[in-house]
Amino acid sequence: MVDRAILEVYRYLPDEETESRFQSYEIAYQDDWVVLDALNYVKAEVDSTLSFRWSCRMGVCGSCGMMVNGEPKLTCETFVRDYDTETIKIEPLAHFPVIRDLVINMDDFMEKLPTVSPWLIPDEERSVEDGEFLQTPAQVAHYQRFSMCINCMLCYSACPVYGLDSSFTGPAVLALAERYNLDSRDGGKKERADAITAHEGIWECTYVGECTQVCPKGVDPAGAIQMLKLSYSLDWAKSLVMPKGGGGA
Amino acid sequence: METLQHDVLIVGGGGAGLRAAIAVAEEHPATSVGVISKVYPMRSHTVSAEGGAAAVISSTDSLEDHAYDTISGSDWLADQDAVEVLVENAAAEMLQLEHWGCPWSREPDGHISVRPFGGMKLERTWFAADKTGFHLLHTLFQTSLKYDEIFRYDEWFVTSLIVEDGRCQGVTAIEIRTGKMLSIGAKSVILCTGGAGRVYPFTTNGSIKTGDGMALAYQAGVALKDMEFVQYHPTGLPGTGILITEAARGEGGILVNNEGRRYLQDYDLGQPLDLNDPDHPQKRTMELGPRDRLSQAFIHERQAGRTFEDPAGDYVLLDIRHLGEREIDRKIPMVRELAVRYVGIDPVYEPIPVRTVVHYMMGGIDTDTDGATSLPGLFAAGECACVSVNGANRLGSNSLTEILVFGVRAALAAVSQAVEVSSPSDQLLEQSAISEERRLESTLFRRDGGGETLSGIRSDLQETLEEGAGIFRDEPTLRRTCATIAELKSRYEKLSVGDTSKTFNTELVSALELGAMLEVGEAIAHSALARTESRGSHQRTDHPHRDDDHFLKHTLVHRGEGDPTIGYKDVTITRWPVGERVYGRG
Amino acid sequence: MTKELIRPLPRTWWLRKQSYLVFMIRELTSLVVFAYAALLVGMILTASDDASFSGLFEFLESTTSVVIHVGLFIFAMFHTITWIALTPKVLVLWRGDEQIEPDVIAGANGILFLLVSGGVLWLVLG
Repeated sequence: MVDRAILEVYRYLPDEETESRFQSYEIAYQDDWVVLDALNYVKAEVDSTLSFRWSCRMGVCGSCGMMVNGEPKLTCETFVRDYDTETIKIEPLAHFPVIRDLVINMDDFMEKLPTVSPWLIPDEERSVEDGEFLQTPAQVAHYQRFSMCINCMLCYSACPVYGLDSSFTGPAVLALAERYNLDSRDGGKKERADAITAHEGIWECTYVGECTQVCPKGVDPAGAIQMLKLSYSLDWAKSLVMPKGGGGA
Repeated sequence: METLQHDVLIVGGGGAGLRAAIAVAEEHPATSVGVISKVYPMRSHTVSAEGGAAAVISSTDSLEDHAYDTISGSDWLADQDAVEVLVENAAAEMLQLEHWGCPWSREPDGHISVRPFGGMKLERTWFAADKTGFHLLHTLFQTSLKYDEIFRYDEWFVTSLIVEDGRCQGVTAIEIRTGKMLSIGAKSVILCTGGAGRVYPFTTNGSIKTGDGMALAYQAGVALKDMEFVQYHPTGLPGTGILITEAARGEGGILVNNEGRRYLQDYDLGQPLDLNDPDHPQKRTMELGPRDRLSQAFIHERQAGRTFEDPAGDYVLLDIRHLGEREIDRKIPMVRELAVRYVGIDPVYEPIPVRTVVHYMMGGIDTDTDGATSLPGLFAAGECACVSVNGANRLGSNSLTEILVFGVRAALAAVSQAVEVSSPSDQLLEQSAISEERRLESTLFRRDGGGETLSGIRSDLQETLEEGAGIFRDEPTLRRTCATIAELKSRYEKLSVGDTSKTFNTELVSALELGAMLEVGEAIAHSALARTESRGSHQRTDHPHRDDDHFLKHTLVHRGEGDPTIGYKDVTITRWPVGERVYGRG
Repeated sequence: MTKELIRPLPRTWWLRKQSYLVFMIRELTSLVVFAYAALLVGMILTASDDASFSGLFEFLESTTSVVIHVGLFIFAMFHTITWIALTPKVLVLWRGDEQIEPDVIAGANGILFLLVSGGVLWLVLG
């Protein structure tokens, strides 16, 4: 089955223009086409200068996030047939600087990620000869969903707090911090405390909840941030009651 | 002019590259290490690996068995010393990842869980549900952030190796964001650029898998090894080619044709057991046979008219309904996710349509077991390399293990070599960048174009390779493919990049990738033409038998002025004498 | 250096999407609830003698006051219901490797809220 659609695509060519504009491409699409297929068709057959990122086209590499009709989407998982509007508007992910066309600058995320120490900090060093840490399926389940983040940046695009103030650490980074905090093998909660509870950390979050709504992998960063708030608040309360030995995991 | 220098420079930020970088940072903290990649590390194709990674951990398993399975799976073309290195180091690497936080799936008592995979005698595949590659890559990436010593160049495209005084001394690369060409000097360079599935029209591989590293080495005069061995995975989704993991069969899934028959029993892969039989699925039998044999069986079924016809490609059915919703969601959730999304079928209630799809390159840059190539200062690891542990057919779940084990070994060897030499001079680096920039200007931008399009040449390449160097091959079609590729190479010389922007020029990147794809395609076709026998994934209908007298050898293809030159080198046999490949009996 | 395009959020960002609007209303209702609570406390503290206290009661019995209170009640309920709906996000409880259903957590919080409210009502009216 072949149908027609008009893609209204955000264009910005910094070498030639100072402003962005929209360019329309009329395409004939097949029923099984995702938005990314349509863009690839345009690039191959109509306009080779159109720039965007993509790779795995199966929803796991996290490259192809864009705004589709105003909503942040992974374009490899978003089918053209699901839009009954005459035109489909495609823009770069909101809240990020645009390098060119649909390509955003994600330096900010890459710089924030290491600040929360998103790696396992075990209580005691363990050598490979000692074998694995034991971890029951239930213990895996506690942190698993927060480990599913593909760094696609959709949550940052949905978060108005980040849009208004980009110093906010943001949903994906904080969810990853909670992923390690909840891991039974980890003992790094205290070490991460400063970055997580900093002014631009969890307390910036006013709980709009949109990050969770748009997450294509069911990570629930909003939930992670609220859990962090509760958990670090309890640590703080404990440290008041028991100045020594209170707080921490 | 700015010049950049590192002791060790790693090209590629996927599983092999990141593991290598961490190895350098941990073992030799004073060493400066750079990781340069055309994408952000977490976009690398390791992320798409699903089923798992093989390593002996169960008390009933043994290194001997893992080695035997791998070697027989390779149709005796793997180097046995390399396989021994692989199996001996596998478990330590898996445990290391566990200590870095990889969420391996567990038994109720908290120990690591293992599952069966094709061609393996026992359960030895470690898995993180069916997103093993994703978890492995992100664990490595996040762990790599710990080390300030690791300097990353994200979204830089390497255009050439700098070779001076008979030694690799760095790379020239374009910073994609600005379009700037720069040299990065290094005392040793490790290529970890992955495979080249995109040279075929229908592949599980992401768009970035264009064989860049293989082409860099090939153009620098290093041989590519065993390039004729291309793995077709038996279970890809029609239309997209998205992979449905072998773990679906490891957990008990079955393949049936349009008559409802478990057709693999007709291809010397053993007899099917009832689905309720506690011994189902049987190891090294039926659906747990090796990928080459299963893919070949599919083609026979199609020729016999026993596959389902579909415009998106003929298919058979993968049935996992008997596992039940709970087990599917627990063990292979991504199978369900992908099938529902991309073919609109919920495998809890309906079988999944699947067909053969290009998945993996057994061949690659010729290296020894330390990842060293014939060019001093140049190393390679992962899918872009051929050590060789995979021979004529790779067993599922050995590739994730390979990138870790040989990523580390290449890293350590690269460091030892780096301490013995001095850094390249600034003058060499500056000159290299300037001349490389001129070369691209004069070759890719200032041509008349001649009406050639990038996508036109690319799809012609993909089609001719599928036709000539697909699952079954013969001399006349291979000759035609070789001739077509030569034509395509001259058409490529006329191609002009229409996008002249400096900023994030993806058309330029695609043109450079296409250049690499043509080199790799040429190597595949010529290597396949020269091997007049059938072994593993290389099936010649005009030479249907294995010929150990002449071809128990690795193919080495060198780039030439016109056609490439083909040579051979012996397979290393240590403890496992060449024998018959037996599945499903005995 | 290339020129990157920054796209600042317009002041009307919260009108772009229904979920943003609901969020803004939830935030605003919290201000209203807080302001009313402060007002009540203030009034009680300033009601130093019987005369001003009965004056307060007279005002509270007026139609205007009833209308205001109905409005305030709606605001308060909106805030309470949306807040309870969010509790499962903060309170994640596990039974073995299965997470307790979010609806159960929200339901329990809702019931707790009704019980406490009922208790207060009983204290005041009883």
